Amino acid sequence: MNPQDKMSLSDSLMLVIRRDWLLAMRRRADVLTTLVFFVMVVSLFPLSMEPDPNVLRKIAPGVVWVAALLASMLSLGRLFSADHADGTLEQMMLAPQPLALLVFGKIVAHWMLSGLPLVLLAPVLGLQFGVPTEGLWVLVAGLLLGTPMLSAIGAIGAALTLGLRGGGVLVSLLVLPLCIPVLIFGAGAVDAVLAAKSAAPNLALLGAALVVSLAAAPWVAAQALRISME
Amino acid sequence: MLEVNDLACSRGDHRLFSGLSFSLSAGELMRIEGVNGSGKTSLLRALCGFLMPDAGTIRWRGEDIRAQREEYHAELVYLGHLNAIKDDLDARENLRINAGMAGIRLDGKEAVAALRRMGLRGRETLPMKVLSQGQRRRVALARLLVGDAPLWILDEPLTALDVGAVGLMQELIGEHLARGGMAIYTTHQPLEVAGVTTRRLALS
Repeated sequence: MNPQDKMSLSDSLMLVIRRDWLLAMRRRADVLTTLVFFVMVVSLFPLSMEPDPNVLRKIAPGVVWVAALLASMLSLGRLFSADHADGTLEQMMLAPQPLALLVFGKIVAHWMLSGLPLVLLAPVLGLQFGVPTEGLWVLVAGLLLGTPMLSAIGAIGAALTLGLRGGGVLVSLLVLPLCIPVLIFGAGAVDAVLAAKSAAPNLALLGAALVVSLAAAPWVAAQALRISME
Repeated sequence: MLEVNDLACSRGDHRLFSGLSFSLSAGELMRIEGVNGSGKTSLLRALCGFLMPDAGTIRWRGEDIRAQREEYHAELVYLGHLNAIKDDLDARENLRINAGMAGIRLDGKEAVAALRRMGLRGRETLPMKVLSQGQRRRVALARLLVGDAPLWILDEPLTALDVGAVGLMQELIGEHLARGGMAIYTTHQPLEVAGVTTRRLALS
């Protein structure tokens, strides 16, 4: 075999992302479920309370963030379970690349399929609540920094609960508390702008947390996978 | 090349085997024998590094497999009970992705050639869900045709295969050993490779 037939680390990363993307495109219903769930949860709030524009504008950031959190939990159970059931995970663990790299690829794919669509939809939902334009921008920026973190932290939970009965619910119980800081800073950034203050501190903290979680989570999730496979 | 020394494994409180030692060098074929539940699969999983043995060492080229995980994995193909096949993809896509995961870049033509060798002519671009169990197993076994990993670890490779495919497997293993490869496998069906003495390891 020629040396150029061997794959580099970035090739392997791209392969995992492309593979998960391809599989999701063959099963689009799963992606759409998450999106529809997000839109429905957000839309339930105005229906369940008095339609006072001021109240709605105030609760909007919190509502959108909580809904995004719940929606991203919805697809976490599937992150590793299908690969575990059909043996692909075994083969991933036997890959000549670090397992953490492949897990990172799965986190990126998960975010592209379940986090990014939420980010793109969020401004529309924000408008529904009457959030002003500058608030919408901060909402999107916060979600852009926060949703990859939800996928990364979620991957640890999904790896730890792999193969357990009722793992889907357990993942949420495990991961939701860990996501509270993301929620606080994300919603806080929009609140700050709406109160005519700067959103920069909140966004900076989100960014810092994102860097840390993207660096640590794949490695931790990989260790958890090895334990789950024993 | 592969040296196992004083290996012991258990599942839960149940000790499967202990004091197991053997070595495998280039061109050698080893068959693990034993009744159901005697630890054949566990032994193979320990050799892959999935399972932490209770005691003993597993060395590849003189070094512990856990100390050189990535180098060892590059020289190993493991086929277990699970096929690692995605129903939503076709045979060619599955093979290319599985090869890629093992660090081997495979173009469409090479993938088709490997699948044809496995007797899947005309099935290369059909979705996996319309293929039979035996055909799915053949797609998984096509992994053996790509790459040049010297160590094959095969757990029940003949499950769901017909007589023709069993013959083909014997042929493939024979070619692999002739190239200086080595293979270790479990099976409840007869699998003998012409011109090679199969070493036997019995677990009780």
